[in-house]
Amino acid sequence: MSDLRDAVAAGVLGAEESYRELLRSVVETARAIFRARASSVFLLDEEADELVFEAVAGEGAATLVGRRFPSSTGVAGWVLVTRQPLVVEDVGADTRFSREAAESTGYVPKGLMAVPLLVEDRALGVLEVLDRPSEERFTLAEMDLLSLFANQAAIALDLLQRARRAQAALAGDGELGALARIASQLESAPEEARAAGLELLSSLERLLGS
Amino acid sequence: MARPREEDLPAWSLPAGAVERIALPTAWPERVTRDWAWEGARGEGVRVCVLDSGIELDHPLVGPVQHSLAVTRTRDGVVEVHEDDAGDLCGHGTSCAGIIRSLAPDCELTSVRVLGAGYTGSGPVLLAGLEWAVDQGFDVINMSLSTTKKQFAETLHELADAAYFRRTMLVASAHNMPVESFPWRFSSVISVGSHEDPDPLAYYYNPAPPVEFFARGLEVDVAWLGGATLRCTGNSFATPHVAGICALILSRHPELTPFQLKSVLYLTASNVSGDA
Repeated sequence: MSDLRDAVAAGVLGAEESYRELLRSVVETARAIFRARASSVFLLDEEADELVFEAVAGEGAATLVGRRFPSSTGVAGWVLVTRQPLVVEDVGADTRFSREAAESTGYVPKGLMAVPLLVEDRALGVLEVLDRPSEERFTLAEMDLLSLFANQAAIALDLLQRARRAQAALAGDGELGALARIASQLESAPEEARAAGLELLSSLERLLGS
Repeated sequence: MARPREEDLPAWSLPAGAVERIALPTAWPERVTRDWAWEGARGEGVRVCVLDSGIELDHPLVGPVQHSLAVTRTRDGVVEVHEDDAGDLCGHGTSCAGIIRSLAPDCELTSVRVLGAGYTGSGPVLLAGLEWAVDQGFDVINMSLSTTKKQFAETLHELADAAYFRRTMLVASAHNMPVESFPWRFSSVISVGSHEDPDPLAYYYNPAPPVEFFARGLEVDVAWLGGATLRCTGNSFATPHVAGICALILSRHPELTPFQLKSVLYLTASNVSGDA
């Protein structure tokens, strides 16, 4: 492993950790502001067609991150497909709520708010806030506030996905893996080989650029 | 050579002496009030189309649904509009229909399903459904849905304008989040957002568009699947309030164009007329 390759990997990995922290901060703030029992962000894994818990505050914080379920499940699935926020005051009365999915997480809320995470015209995931204090009447201002948080979460989620793609592309079998390996070999090569390699790269650059 | 009659000329102008030809069928009162607009009306004679997830048949809060259709896409990508008796796949369309019925109990309801179970609608299905509805010349089309996909915006815009010129009032939900979506952003439709007042007849004109009107959209008890009701919040539920009120107005004044209908809504809005 060369310094360069390590640096690239560390940069990308470091970025992922920062974005995760940002997401955690979003759900923690959302939970605090709404005085809710829990808040979570789900990322849509398009290839697997699944929603993944990416950040959780409150109930389930210790156990749920990484947990997956089909993308059309429950309120989160409904919000993802409609790209509209949804408030459910009594999950027992709402056919959109999946009790089975909730029970599998070990915590069944009474009510929840969910909002899609939109970047341009893509839906990246869902932000949920579970069990606000039941005596407080829901207002449209809260829906607006939730949308504001959603914007922040969407940006963090977008950055996280970019970092992961970059990481995958530079990893051993990734499509740019060879580039990372060449870079590391160049750095450690003897002077003469290094100069020849750089010249070859310049030629390649001209070739691709023409 | 005989001069062609003016109405035969393919022109957009109004020749001298032809003003009579565009005489309005109804004289408007000096002050347009809700009494003038819809007093005693029940939506009779008005054809309303709900472009949504279908409508549950025999729901007590919806009553009779005169026509029920679905738009589907075959495996080859061919989009078809056909008769359908599967009802509502997720509850959303039924909730809209129930609200319209509660305001205009005698209007004629047509359901066009463009959303599947769990809301898996697709752009081409939505466009085909709207095109079909515009072709049918409904008086009011309720669209409590929108798309954020820009590639559909141009066709939706053309359809919204076609509806407007054919006297079909398209009533469309604003997105519940501050994002761009369509068709509610087009000025040829009535766009609707929510207010917090529980009065179903309270509606407000917004002098700062793109959302033009606000109607009841907070904690509305709506018709849902299985003959049930559900408490819902969102612009999806504000929109059918305006659609229902449009049906009432058109029931009393069927000659109104979308421009005039919007004007009546403006003049009778809770923050304009002082009526409510």
